[in-house]
Amino acid sequence: MKSYDVVVVGGGIIGLATAYYLVKNGVRKIAIIEKEYIGSGSTGRCGTGIRQQFTTKEHIVLMRESVKIWRLWEEILPKPIHFRQGGYLWLLRSEEEDNEYRKYVALQNLFGVDSRIISKDEIKEIVPDINLEGIFGASWCPSDGSAYPQDVLDSLEMFLKSHGVDIFDYESVVDFKKTSDRVISIKTDKDEYALDNLLIAAGYATKSLANKLGFDIPVKNYRHQIVVSEPLKIFLSPMVVDRSLYFTQTYRGRIIGGTDTNEEETDDLTLTYNFLQKFSSELVSVFSKLSSVRLMRHWSGFYVVSPDKHPILGPTPLKNVFIGTGYSGHGFMLGPIVGKLLAHYITYGMFFLEEANHLTLDRFEKGMLIQEKAVIG
Amino acid sequence: MDKKNVIICRCEDVTYEEIVRAFNEGYKDIESLRRYLKIGTGPCQGKTCIPLLQRILYELSGNFPQNITIRPPETPVPFGIFVNVPKK
Repeated sequence: MKSYDVVVVGGGIIGLATAYYLVKNGVRKIAIIEKEYIGSGSTGRCGTGIRQQFTTKEHIVLMRESVKIWRLWEEILPKPIHFRQGGYLWLLRSEEEDNEYRKYVALQNLFGVDSRIISKDEIKEIVPDINLEGIFGASWCPSDGSAYPQDVLDSLEMFLKSHGVDIFDYESVVDFKKTSDRVISIKTDKDEYALDNLLIAAGYATKSLANKLGFDIPVKNYRHQIVVSEPLKIFLSPMVVDRSLYFTQTYRGRIIGGTDTNEEETDDLTLTYNFLQKFSSELVSVFSKLSSVRLMRHWSGFYVVSPDKHPILGPTPLKNVFIGTGYSGHGFMLGPIVGKLLAHYITYGMFFLEEANHLTLDRFEKGMLIQEKAVIG
Repeated sequence: MDKKNVIICRCEDVTYEEIVRAFNEGYKDIESLRRYLKIGTGPCQGKTCIPLLQRILYELSGNFPQNITIRPPETPVPFGIFVNVPKK
């Protein structure tokens, strides 16, 4: 039986980023098990956005650190990942919203994020074609941005393979062999691997794998839909957010975007016409030039949502099992920093950011959920 | 004909030679080739090239790949079409 220091279940951004930092930490024998192809889960389906405009210390600090890594990765990974700091333009439609977001911006500035509230004139300068009717102002962060998920994964995969990491795709986990507080080996539909440490970063399937190991994670899966247009000449570099609508243009010229259709918890990825109506109406009302642009592809993926909408990272009731899940729709942007944190935890038994200590699974037992700090007062 | 000059994916300009090279680099299934070469991701969404790619993969590996993901719409549709349509 092959034996590994760390086995990672899940070939998405979290699994690959963690393996990347495990390699950097000097861990030798690493395997990644992916049940389909690399990026077949939520990473490959995501909206490409990377933002620091959050409303809690935990999210803001983690994302600030993540952006530093995104910038580094663009330089040092073997292939371009197309990380672009085009900014996030968060449209505000009333004075109340404006006041609320001023508090968020103050909190973001406190933790070193360069966001600010801007006027309609400035919006016009950043995105000239936006329909400003009914818009009060915007929350703007120029260092937010986007990266191209498939290129990120491809680049990480190339790095990992050249550093001796075994990546088993089209291989699914069947069972585990465990003692009372440790996992000894993992059985797949093709083979069995002995392991010292196990990381479960399997997106929407993390909960069911944890259940198989005898503990629960309080997350729910929600379907979110997304579309991409035909390629156009590059004209839009920020991500525009208007209430639940978001859209940007990828480096390949396509408009990518989605909106929230307030669906119930589900394990079904069926697409709905209702989404297309809501998305197109919202898009065209704020950016009428896109009315004649053609939608090319429509798909869906899961947000794995935790009770306080923050990630669940690190230790579990089993001593050598670790998890990373519950990103609530922010897994891709958080990927680099979460990978670094999880690899550090697995290698050294601790996090290197104080904020990450608030994000462990036992917070739900202790009743220490993350509070929205920016809305106090 | 020189395989360099055979365009398989017309939307993304992917040649026969590039597919063979990628296959030899380890990209052996449709999904990873899509990710690596961007084959089949243009406006036709693979209607022309994916059947050709299936055949090439069969020639190279002896297995005929079946796992193709098909997504709507069947043909590109302007966003404006979906606006203000009354719900039934």
